[in-house]
Amino acid sequence: MATEQRRKLRFHILRYNPQEAGSTPRMQTYELEEAVGMTLFIALSEIREKQDPSLQFDFVCRAGICGSCGMMINGRPGLACRTLTMNLDADITLAPLPVFALIGDLSVNTGKWMRAMSERLETWVHMKQQEVDIARIEERMEPELAEGIYLLDRCVECGCCVAGCGTARMRQDFVGAVGINKIARFRLDPRDGRNDADFYELVGDDDGVFGCMSLLACHDVCPKNLPLQTQIAFVRRKMVREGLS
Amino acid sequence: MKVVYTDVLVIGGGLAGLRMAIAARRRGYDAIILSLVPAKRSHSKAAQGGMQASLGNVIKGQGDNEDVHFEDTVRGSDWGADQDVVRMFVNTAPKAVRELAAWGVPWSRVQRGDRDVVINGQRVTITERDEAHGTVAQRDFGGTKKWRTCYVSDGTGHAMLTTVADRAIAEQIAVHERTEALALIHDGSRCYGAIVRNLITGELVAYVAKATGIATGGAGRLYRVTTNAVICEGIGHALALETGAAALGNMEAVQFHPTGIFPAGILVTEGCRGDGGLLKDVDGHRFMPDYEPEKKELASRDVVSRRMEQHIAAGKGVQSRFGEHLWLDITLLGEHHIKRNLREVYEICQYFLGVDPVKDLIPVRPAQHYTMGGVRTRHTGESPTLKGLFAAGEAACWDMHGFNRLGGNSVAETVVAGMIVGEYVADFCDDGANDANVPMGLVHEFMQREQAKLDRMLDGRGTEDASQLSVAMKELMTAKVGIFRRGGDLEQAVEELQKLLVRSRNIGLHYRSRGANPELVTAYRTQKMLKLALCVAYGALVRTESRGAHFREDFPRRNDAEWLSRTLASWKDENDTLPKLVHQPLDVKRMELPPGWRGYGAKDYVDHPDTPGRLKEVEEIKASLAGADRFAVQSAVMPYEHLLPARYHGRNERIDERFDSGGGPGGGARTSRAAQTGAEVVMTKVKEA
Repeated sequence: MATEQRRKLRFHILRYNPQEAGSTPRMQTYELEEAVGMTLFIALSEIREKQDPSLQFDFVCRAGICGSCGMMINGRPGLACRTLTMNLDADITLAPLPVFALIGDLSVNTGKWMRAMSERLETWVHMKQQEVDIARIEERMEPELAEGIYLLDRCVECGCCVAGCGTARMRQDFVGAVGINKIARFRLDPRDGRNDADFYELVGDDDGVFGCMSLLACHDVCPKNLPLQTQIAFVRRKMVREGLS
Repeated sequence: MKVVYTDVLVIGGGLAGLRMAIAARRRGYDAIILSLVPAKRSHSKAAQGGMQASLGNVIKGQGDNEDVHFEDTVRGSDWGADQDVVRMFVNTAPKAVRELAAWGVPWSRVQRGDRDVVINGQRVTITERDEAHGTVAQRDFGGTKKWRTCYVSDGTGHAMLTTVADRAIAEQIAVHERTEALALIHDGSRCYGAIVRNLITGELVAYVAKATGIATGGAGRLYRVTTNAVICEGIGHALALETGAAALGNMEAVQFHPTGIFPAGILVTEGCRGDGGLLKDVDGHRFMPDYEPEKKELASRDVVSRRMEQHIAAGKGVQSRFGEHLWLDITLLGEHHIKRNLREVYEICQYFLGVDPVKDLIPVRPAQHYTMGGVRTRHTGESPTLKGLFAAGEAACWDMHGFNRLGGNSVAETVVAGMIVGEYVADFCDDGANDANVPMGLVHEFMQREQAKLDRMLDGRGTEDASQLSVAMKELMTAKVGIFRRGGDLEQAVEELQKLLVRSRNIGLHYRSRGANPELVTAYRTQKMLKLALCVAYGALVRTESRGAHFREDFPRRNDAEWLSRTLASWKDENDTLPKLVHQPLDVKRMELPPGWRGYGAKDYVDHPDTPGRLKEVEEIKASLAGADRFAVQSAVMPYEHLLPARYHGRNERIDERFDSGGGPGGGARTSRAAQTGAEVVMTKVKEA
């Protein structure tokens, strides 16, 4: 069997631990021999195991479904766990997602940001009646509608859309595509008793849908390929109508 | 010393923990959830295929009810389950689906009329009833008689977790993210909360609570090859074990999922086979019907995984540079179905394998998937030996899965257990006798002990490398405590694991930061995980029979006469290198479904002496009640409803079992005329494959 030429990968990683006195931001380079099927999860785990036990990063499912491992991969936000090194050059630059509070190295506090967004936009079904009789047959829903809601519900709150957003850099309280998509999701859901006047209160301003400059990097970088462009435009149209009425 | 007080402390922010906290909150108690990661990133997220609940909406689920779900689950467990708990579970599962439907889960719904499905390799047209249109749909899963698995495309856990986590936010439940419990505070008979480490700052905080709930999921990371997330390290199990008071049940019962993608071990759902996907070998031959003519690819997971390994051992595996594998073929399902109902599978194949499952076969091999064992509790979720400690979900052993869990029953268990145990937690808090009279000296003592353990690793002269010990453990478990187990291998594993445990007491760190420190985390978790690994390996060595997922090549038969029992492991002394094992017999004389053949897998087993008598007794009760409805019969054979919280008593309405108009929960369900007319609508036309 012919031996394959294994590439020597060079990872240039932005290191900074704000918890540690005297730590300053710096780039650090690690070399690693590439393996077949190597993902950034495998590579970073190996670096931590064999070269640098202090390196911080977040992985949970390592299967592209939990949204933990958003980071800047060669300058572009993406999920590290499902990024294969074979699709990248031998020099790979990794940095934490901007906008979110830095925990250390590649680890950022998306959880705190997302919780605040959820509280502010009240990202839950506002049930028309509080108690449902769960012994009875469930309320019916058209199959296409259920699927439509699920398509928007596939968001994993990874933060890539926020990290790629121009407005989010300038307006600290901007809800981001993730937030606007949530509004679109609950607006579509007949179980939610809120109407456009209610949603206008939540996103009818510059920190909401009118803050979007339509640069739409969010749409390009969303790892779940959510239809963010369409949803932002749609919610904006509805909110304009609501604002004018 | 920083102390946080709360009524209910829930350790674990997945579905079970969230739902437990919501239940307590709704009863007026403060609840705090501790979570290693943001709640929505918990491993509940990874449940793809769906949640079993006997709604019976789809035509292939018609006739389904609690009784059928009960029997499937008990057979699946290879009679290791607690049948009372299974009854509680199957009666509550439909309520759980309906509650989640009201909360916003976008369950996939039934479309009236004809649709094409693949059954047993053949394309078949089935016709859904008009009256089912828009209700929650079900798909087929392994080990079930009816199509019972409710689903949201193949992102069921994701959708459930999103909804329940948002519900918890709506109810203003605090989730303390990036915190990790290091030890339970207890005096040997009562649990008072936990010592908790902040993973960002490294600070230790004492959380003092009336009731403490463990809902930390499974321990898949004891193995090298697992579908489990990297956080599924069984730390909740270990917290309970290290009290010396609480016990772990059936830790040797470890499930291997047939379709982990090879070699990464990432899960592709059982829904692939449920929807008609086939397993094939190196020759492209569909081999499962050769071994399991009755259920084929849809026998229970333990059976399918063993048959796959057996087939590979017979030389029929596909060679690759990483070893051997088999193929999962879903090409016959067609592009529309795959991209709509198996979307996550499609993405996983595309990103991790560079494979298009619409056209290509998927390389698969069984991988560790589920921990049937857990913190032993009563049906209330409370430890029988450590008051105030509760557990729910995969971390618990209350014990509804016995020695093998059915697909779709775990994500169902998370919410059902959260609902039930949450009520009992609130009951516990209601009882004035349980007011926590916390001895602060004890809290202080635990705090100092945990701090000292960390200091020893951070400042001491330990020489062992935590990562190396962890890797060695995982290799051992995968090589010697896997799907096929042999006495000699297990003895070696136990011996080697004991050595690793002793070495782990001498871990030294290269990176000595007291704040965020991944190496420190690996170090203290490895010490805990080695104890769990020993519970698994030693439990497997001692159990000289085969039951469910525990398969001994040297003892291939299920032996009810000697081993119809639950293994209880406890760790009495910190310096021990082995758990103490006790085997608690299951009472055949109380069983609604006495032991027998599962309907798939091996047919020979050794009967328990009480089995024939109980079988006869059950038959007689049923005969004496001929003509009575199924509820009356069930209740005469094994009454269980008194074990459920009052809120969850009562029957479940179905299209074929309508309540009288105005009848609510507990109201008389009766078969309506729709059942008969519905049945007439069924038309099954078989076309060419």
